[in-house]
Amino acid sequence: MTGPTEAPQAVQTVIEMSKVCTRFGEHIVHSGIDLDVHQAEVFAVIGGSGSGKSTLLREMILLQQPNSGSIRVFGVDLKNLPDEAALALRKRWGVMFQHGGLFSSLTVLENVGLPLREHTNLSDHLIDETAAAKLALVDLLPEVGAQYPAELSGGMMKRASLARALVLDPELLFLDEPTAGLDPASATGVDELILKLRDRSGLTIVMITHDLDLLWRVADRVAVLADGKVQGTGSMLELARMEQSAIRSFFDGPRARAAQQQHSAPNKHKINKEPSSKPKSTIH
Amino acid sequence: MKPVRIATAKPAPAGVVKKMTPSASSPPGTFENIGRGAAAAVEQAGALLSFIGENAFASAKSLAQPSRIRWRAILYNIRSAGFDALPIVGLLSFLLGIVVAYQGADQLRQYGANIFVADLVGLSMLREFAPLITAIIIAGRSGSAYAAQIGTMAVTEEIDAMRTLGIAPLEMLVLPKIIALIIALPLLTVFADGMGVLGGMIMARTQLGVGYGEFLDRLSKAVSITSYLVGVGKAPVFAAIIAVVGCFQGFRTQGGADSVGRQTTRSVVQSIFLVIVADALFSIAFSVLDL
Repeated sequence: MTGPTEAPQAVQTVIEMSKVCTRFGEHIVHSGIDLDVHQAEVFAVIGGSGSGKSTLLREMILLQQPNSGSIRVFGVDLKNLPDEAALALRKRWGVMFQHGGLFSSLTVLENVGLPLREHTNLSDHLIDETAAAKLALVDLLPEVGAQYPAELSGGMMKRASLARALVLDPELLFLDEPTAGLDPASATGVDELILKLRDRSGLTIVMITHDLDLLWRVADRVAVLADGKVQGTGSMLELARMEQSAIRSFFDGPRARAAQQQHSAPNKHKINKEPSSKPKSTIH
Repeated sequence: MKPVRIATAKPAPAGVVKKMTPSASSPPGTFENIGRGAAAAVEQAGALLSFIGENAFASAKSLAQPSRIRWRAILYNIRSAGFDALPIVGLLSFLLGIVVAYQGADQLRQYGANIFVADLVGLSMLREFAPLITAIIIAGRSGSAYAAQIGTMAVTEEIDAMRTLGIAPLEMLVLPKIIALIIALPLLTVFADGMGVLGGMIMARTQLGVGYGEFLDRLSKAVSITSYLVGVGKAPVFAAIIAVVGCFQGFRTQGGADSVGRQTTRSVVQSIFLVIVADALFSIAFSVLDL
């Protein structure tokens, strides 16, 4: 189902999913998912509510196991992974959760530094310094570090969560609905942040989103999930030309057309300068 | 074929809606309800057993590698579940001592056996009431807090985040609580013993005219060291029950805030129930052993 891409042939595959099936009791969520995520690309998974994109993400980050099929991340099969191997993998990726997933009993700085405190023998001073640097990377002011997650706005929470995901300098970054629930200005800020991260060499980003603006601006390849299968994979422009009704539904609404018009300008997503104040549109 | 790390933390299945709208349009009959209730109870008991197993495994791993034990969390929990509970435990066992002595006073006076109030208060407080009242207070106070804390963390994705950061939730959240409570509850029980006897002693003097000196003299003859140890020895078992049930119910939280409330209630009801069942079993065992 992989659409033609202009990427060179010898791309390295970071995530390989084949024939993944998932059921919850009677309810079939995935019936044979095949996906490849290449190195250093921004890969997005889209699909309507209940199409199983979140479950797919949970399976990629070892929070859940599919009923059948195989998932390989960095060439390691995720099935029946011993604890040590799982830990080694987890240190190579970072996850930003939809609601942040920050520990409410720790300050933002402690949250960001926690992975270092757990997995390295660095001194407290050095850990705090690294955490502060990551906060700066996601454009949070140093004062925010002393605050508790409950005091943060939605956008700040997502940035703090992103800083924590980045603190071990992962090769792979998972973003769960990075712009959901944000006002247009904050969402645009997150778009720009993802663009900035993508330009860091080698970082592969996998994200789940409904946000069309985000997709048009940052996604290199997009997989459309519907009816338990991947309906199509390709860049947004390629998907916009596909005929399947499950894919069309993403491109045929008035909001979708508006987003497409704004972004299908010739110099699509290879530059960082974009009009910064624009309405966000999402599929519901 | 479902190796989810914590068997109890199931993702909310999207197909759950199906269950709520049974295919037959008629409301479920009495037998169906009983059957569903029984199946749910069996499922929960099985999940509790596997949770206990996972905890045993995790604690064995921690014991093999003591550097993995989180001492700070243990000390914090000892303070919040133990030290901070001293006033309430002390007050309630003091009152309990007064009640026991007061109830006994009338009967004893009729036979002129006033001095035996020391036997009554000493044995009943040290063997039964102090361990039990302490466990019940702690189940309501700390067991519920454990369930609510872990439940809220499950709802806000903190548990998921913990796993993805490579921190085992059992080692971080559950083991420190179990260890802390196993240390704190026997100490609280000793404190409750003292306060209960004090309450009885004051009542003995005002109601029966038994002086403090006489009371303590009689107490040391009436209560053997075995009786004392029998009471304190039950506390670690109660502590394990309270901590495990509280954490278990917390991990079973799924969905939103109302689920946290439900699981918290469940944790208190179940841990008090299991504590009393365990106490009954202890009584039988001790009487068989002639202790």
